[in-house]
Amino acid sequence: MNIRERWNNLSRPAQWAFLIPVVVLVYFLPVLNPPILATSGTDFPSAMFDVARYALVAVGLNVVVGQAGLLDLGYVGFFAVGAYVAALFTSPNSSLHKLPYLWTLPLAMVVTMIFGIILGTPTLRLRGDYLAIVTLGFGEIIRLLADNVTPLRGQSGFERVGTNNAGQPFFENATQWYWFTVTIIVIVLLLVGNLERSRVGRAWVAIREDEDVAEIMGVSTYKFKIWAFVIGAAIGGLSGALYAGRLGFVNNQSFDVVTSMLFLAAVVLGGAGNKVGVLLGAVVVAYLPLRFVQIADYNYLIFGIALIVLMIFRPQGLLGARQRLLAKGRQAYQHLIGRGEQVSGESALAEPGGNQ
Amino acid sequence: MHPAITAALTQTDSWIQFDVHGLASQFWNNTVDGLAQGGIYALIALGYTLVYGVLKLINFAHSEVFIVGTFATWLTFYALGFRPGADPHLSTIEVIGFLLLAGIAAMAASGLVAVGLERVAYRPLRNRNAPRLVFLITAIGASFAIQQALKLIFGLNQQPQIRLLQPQPLFRIFGAVVTNRDIILFVAAVLLWFLADYFVNKTRLGRGIRAVAQDPDTATLMGVNKERVIVVTFLVGGLLAGAAALFYMMKIPQGAIYNGGFLLGIKAFTAAVLGGIGNLRGALLGGFVLGLVENYGQSLFGGEWKDIVAFVVLIIVLMFRPTGILGESLGKARV
Repeated sequence: MNIRERWNNLSRPAQWAFLIPVVVLVYFLPVLNPPILATSGTDFPSAMFDVARYALVAVGLNVVVGQAGLLDLGYVGFFAVGAYVAALFTSPNSSLHKLPYLWTLPLAMVVTMIFGIILGTPTLRLRGDYLAIVTLGFGEIIRLLADNVTPLRGQSGFERVGTNNAGQPFFENATQWYWFTVTIIVIVLLLVGNLERSRVGRAWVAIREDEDVAEIMGVSTYKFKIWAFVIGAAIGGLSGALYAGRLGFVNNQSFDVVTSMLFLAAVVLGGAGNKVGVLLGAVVVAYLPLRFVQIADYNYLIFGIALIVLMIFRPQGLLGARQRLLAKGRQAYQHLIGRGEQVSGESALAEPGGNQ
Repeated sequence: MHPAITAALTQTDSWIQFDVHGLASQFWNNTVDGLAQGGIYALIALGYTLVYGVLKLINFAHSEVFIVGTFATWLTFYALGFRPGADPHLSTIEVIGFLLLAGIAAMAASGLVAVGLERVAYRPLRNRNAPRLVFLITAIGASFAIQQALKLIFGLNQQPQIRLLQPQPLFRIFGAVVTNRDIILFVAAVLLWFLADYFVNKTRLGRGIRAVAQDPDTATLMGVNKERVIVVTFLVGGLLAGAAALFYMMKIPQGAIYNGGFLLGIKAFTAAVLGGIGNLRGALLGGFVLGLVENYGQSLFGGEWKDIVAFVVLIIVLMFRPTGILGESLGKARV
């Protein structure tokens, strides 16, 4: 029996019994600071926070790209909106009313959801590649707005983001930020996992595999696409607000297209549609350049080439591939013993000759 | 209302303005400049349109095909002995000769990159019958890789400008100065578009391109070599992008920078969509319309809003007329 099948055959408590130690280990990583993993340029807890931030973004983008199959190239736009919401309501540079930092997290999610609805309502009627270009345009619009709109302070930006009235930051050190972010990731994963198993999740998979067939089968595709888009946007905004709080500084320099592409690379690399896969992808994209600083100059080049090679040889990503082989094996096995059960688990990315 | 909100609202007039007077006074200048700029957009847009028409693929890396052309232009100037800073004094014949040389180099470089891209990245996917999303992600990866390779070779900064052609005012239209450069850009764009249109609509290979665009399987059954048609399509798109790169370097001599293709690429794509993607006439019309709208927008809202105008136009066009002004038509039997 292979790993995935064995895992699926475990009872729920047994799965938890295995998962909880893993999560605890993840929590203690910055304290343990294993020498093999230690990063040379940045201190280890800060690096771990960066990885966690990417992981949260990847989980959010995975809802849009992996589960609903909508290619969003402007995800950094939502991330930026979240960061600016946190900055506007906590930084002393802003003239707006001050809020406690913790309140700005849900606020950032709400605001990015509104942005998601504004962008999604007109554009989600478009198909595939048009949507990709429009979202790319959206990301650029957000960046240019940050450049040009005076109250957003352009390059001078907002300082002391996430501080309270006494000027104290929300958390003292990077390890606490890391714990906070990992906790949020666990919560988000639980929520998204539940969504995946619900009617909404099944509708997403149907849209991803074949939009026309889904529509004919009575799935209200437009509505569910907006749902995916908005939920993804909210997670992106949350991640942006966390980033702003940790860094304490927000200006217009960190929201360019390259960042969007890295987010997407994390999702595609790990395996779109596979939650564990995208977490792995995020770790690869965020951690490796920090660990191996000597390749830092080349890392974007390597990502570009890796993306091409991956799409040619393993279009379903690192973990998606294993899942696909397993699904095929299971199908063959069931065919052999005479059960015609269909096994799902292939994404649109994995399916050869998909929606041409 | 809360005083902070009122304050934020009253600040708005300082960051965006509607300079109607500026638009009126600059109208003809904007028109001339917009047509010159639009010619460049149109030439790049033709590459997007051709590839989209045949493969239904947004060749995301086409912007990098173009930017390679700008570097080739710059290197040709450099190899010919021109150095940044010094404005050379050349006779007209010399200028034309050198520009032609640079143009040939740029077209060769861009054409080579386009065909190489097809060979390395897209053909293996076609052989595997991959879905469209995979093509698009590959295109993004290729765009990324070429961009970063250029960054490693040429560095972060713009190549210093080498200007061969000094813009000379030739005549005035309604008070707007028209330079020899504007004329060259406009005429060359229309001429090259005409050649491309003739090629696609009147030649044997062009008929093959239209046949594959319309129905690849049937075209193959009718004896059209699909792979060859696809290579030719990429080649023509690359050649046009190379020509566009030369004109771009004439207009903006400091334009060779590793990430300079992105913005132009997405604007050229906007132009293609605006006119109707897959439609050669649409690409030309869309290029000019986008060039004009962008320049008028610049006068109306201020220079820093120029790029936003292009993106907002793209979104509005896709909302109300997803098939563009003239509609998608490369595959239609229209002669």
